[in-house]
Amino acid sequence: MMIMQQNTWIPLFPEQASTFAGDVDLLYFYLIAISAFFTIGIVAAIFFFVVKYREREAFATPKEIHGSIALETLWSIIPFIISMTVFLGGAIVYYNQYRVPDEAMDVYVVGKQWMWKIQHATGQREINELHVPVGRKVKLTMTTEDVLHDFFIPAFRTKMDVVPGRYTTMWFEATKPGKYHLFCAEYCGLNHSGMGGWVYVMEQRDFDNWLAGNVSGQTPVEAGRDLFENKLGCASCHQGGKDQRGAVLEGIFGKEVKFTNGQSAIVDDAYLRESILNPGAKIVEGYQPIMPTFKGQVTEEQLVQLIAYIKSLSGDAGTTSQTAATAAPKASPEAAANSNMPSSETKGGN
Amino acid sequence: MQNVDAINLENIKEEAPVNYLTNGFTLRSWLLTKDHKRIAIMYLLSISVFFMLGGLYASAIRLELLTPASDLLESGTYNKVFTQHGVIMVFLFLIPAIPAVLGNFLIPLMIGAKDLAFPRINLLSLYIYWIAGALIVFALLQGGVDTGWTFYTPYSTTFSNSYVMLVGLGVFVNGFSSILTGLNFIVTIHTMRAPGMTWFRLPLFVWAQYATSLVMILGTPVIAITVLLLALERLVGIGIFDPAIGGDPILFQHLFWFYSHPAVYIMILPGMGVISELISNFSRKKIFGYEFIAFSSIAIAVFGFLVWGHHMFVSGQSIYAGLVFSFLTMVVAIPSAIKVFNWSATLYKGSISYDTPMLYGLFFLGLFMIGGLTGLFLGSVGLTVHLTDTYFIVAHFHYVMVGGQVLAYLGGIHYWWSKMTGKIYSEFWGKISAMLVFVGFNLTFFPQFILGYLGMPRRYASYPPEFQVLNIFSTAGASILGIGLTLPVIYLTYSFFFGAKASANPWMHPGLEWRTSSPPPTENFDVPPVVTWEAYEFGEESGLDIEGARKSVVAPTV
Repeated sequence: MMIMQQNTWIPLFPEQASTFAGDVDLLYFYLIAISAFFTIGIVAAIFFFVVKYREREAFATPKEIHGSIALETLWSIIPFIISMTVFLGGAIVYYNQYRVPDEAMDVYVVGKQWMWKIQHATGQREINELHVPVGRKVKLTMTTEDVLHDFFIPAFRTKMDVVPGRYTTMWFEATKPGKYHLFCAEYCGLNHSGMGGWVYVMEQRDFDNWLAGNVSGQTPVEAGRDLFENKLGCASCHQGGKDQRGAVLEGIFGKEVKFTNGQSAIVDDAYLRESILNPGAKIVEGYQPIMPTFKGQVTEEQLVQLIAYIKSLSGDAGTTSQTAATAAPKASPEAAANSNMPSSETKGGN
Repeated sequence: MQNVDAINLENIKEEAPVNYLTNGFTLRSWLLTKDHKRIAIMYLLSISVFFMLGGLYASAIRLELLTPASDLLESGTYNKVFTQHGVIMVFLFLIPAIPAVLGNFLIPLMIGAKDLAFPRINLLSLYIYWIAGALIVFALLQGGVDTGWTFYTPYSTTFSNSYVMLVGLGVFVNGFSSILTGLNFIVTIHTMRAPGMTWFRLPLFVWAQYATSLVMILGTPVIAITVLLLALERLVGIGIFDPAIGGDPILFQHLFWFYSHPAVYIMILPGMGVISELISNFSRKKIFGYEFIAFSSIAIAVFGFLVWGHHMFVSGQSIYAGLVFSFLTMVVAIPSAIKVFNWSATLYKGSISYDTPMLYGLFFLGLFMIGGLTGLFLGSVGLTVHLTDTYFIVAHFHYVMVGGQVLAYLGGIHYWWSKMTGKIYSEFWGKISAMLVFVGFNLTFFPQFILGYLGMPRRYASYPPEFQVLNIFSTAGASILGIGLTLPVIYLTYSFFFGAKASANPWMHPGLEWRTSSPPPTENFDVPPVVTWEAYEFGEESGLDIEGARKSVVAPTV
């Protein structure tokens, strides 16, 4: 109600607060222009005909005009060309939205009926709120504990479905500090319209203060190590050097592994997830199918943490992330956030 | 040639001694009829009941959205209300509306046949429709369903506590009604055309019904399979869609939209057929580019099967799938554009009158154009990422489904009313209601495009307060639309009992359906017709006594 009173003018466009917003709006205006051109043109023609050729004599029989191949060709080809420009414009914008840049800072999102649980790479947790710095690329890796949801920020002009059983990713770069709506855009049951909150875009130093003022607890990597070494006991098979029974995980992320059935795959989030939940599905060459399933024993958030830890065992960036986060959890969030995943091959869960 | 025509015309009696309505008054004579016209009338009544029921749900939705908070309806109730609005309108109104009522009544008349090819199967599809309707209404009385008409998994299989299976069974059963109707139409159009009624002399309404029937018999089995799989998971627990038991929720979306996108064309193609008839008749001109309109229907039916993925741009499908579906969506827009251009060109140098059906026809052109153009917005994949699952989508498909199909249906009902009932409705009230529908419709749904771009998600019982003003416009428009849609029920019913008697061919139209008395006799034509004229040949050469008709009309209707 307060907002209503402040703003009695009917808004027509949402705020532009991400690098996508300008492109999407441009495409939107282009389409409005096309629509206006055709609608006004055709409606004007119809009006003109309807008035000029109105009935002057009951049951007149006007001269028959059968049709015109030239006209038909013209009004097939011109709309086709225009529709191709619309397609290309949309394809370019989509390509940019789809391709997650390598240097994006990671944020993990788990949806559940009817809340968003969010964790930063530096450990801070939020519920129904997301704080991000302005001018930094942010990558969300998302999944859900129950049904489909959709992470939608109108001011950023982007959204992505959140699908149970797999990871989806989206990214954005906020351009304007402020407070923006976060909605769930995929119907998810009783309190669907209540499943939302706010995205706070902050100047870098405000964001640093926010990070510092929040008890960060463990980073996902630390929490993942704790699960790995203690709570779930993964280490008993996957650590220990030469004689270990389970696959060697150090350096595995982003590499290709061969399976006993002759196929192979790049190790990414989706593959790790499957190997934890359904280890029998793909057995790496040289190992026995002895790992038990962890389905039902790990939550979605714990899975995200485990995968973050396994990633940190591979490559420099992963290790840096771990050290930076462990050494100075509150000092320099930028260092931790900038340290990205080495997994440029990862295309999310699909 | 002219002799043949003369014979045909002499046999039109202004009033048949016994017409299909007076041929038996018992309930039995209706319930066990094999007459396609009586079956059409029973469909008309049943469909109107479901349309009103769906309309009541729509009113509840608009009233709830008058204020930002979820106050009139709590969110659980609201979720059921919009689901049931969708299920009833899509499966029990939009899909059967024009084929089962107008198609059933007119196809045999238009091609000069006594009845459909399989009259008993025709009656069977009506009964199947009734059973499906009863199942769905029974589910509503039990407590309803809250999954959205799209039944997305795993919510519908594992999480929803509502009557998903009962409604699913209703949708499953209803599919057989569609399939049988489609089959009946295809066989009838192939085998029962009167001598001289070649394919390119068929009215475009028949072409559109033919294209629709193809989609019905090819697409509907897929929704049946999908519902069956959903039942296996929900009742038996076999993991098909729910990842918790080894399924894939995206698979459901592929299966669902593989039917439901073509179903969109089941809902709009017959409307396009009606519009071709209306525009041509009220311009008294052969339709411009007959072959292009005919084949664009077939093209839409075929390409309609290749674009289901544009409902899933943000569901996690790959970038390549997204781009291919976006491209194909642009392609399927072209045949619709061709139709709009041809309809508009038909008006050129015509003799245009503005009776109620033509008002609906002209309003259709405007609204369908906006519906189609906003389809381009949604086909453009980069833009859809922002627009999908918002009110933009809601506005878009209402422009196509209501602005398109419902207006075409109303135009058709008015246009053929005198043939169906032998009575004349009030032209004054007809025009008033057509204009109320047009104004009310635009006021309801145009603000929703803006709301959608602002980011208001669909299926929200409550919404942020800054969206309220546009929602108030929308609800105000819905009230006008509601009045506009209620009026025809009143004046059409009134005319059925108290209206003036209609002549056999009030429009002086060359089509076969106008060359029999109003209402037609049970066997349609006293003498089997022979066609010697082209489609939409409005001159005297098609055997019409235009001079005679002019004398009987005092002044042209303007």
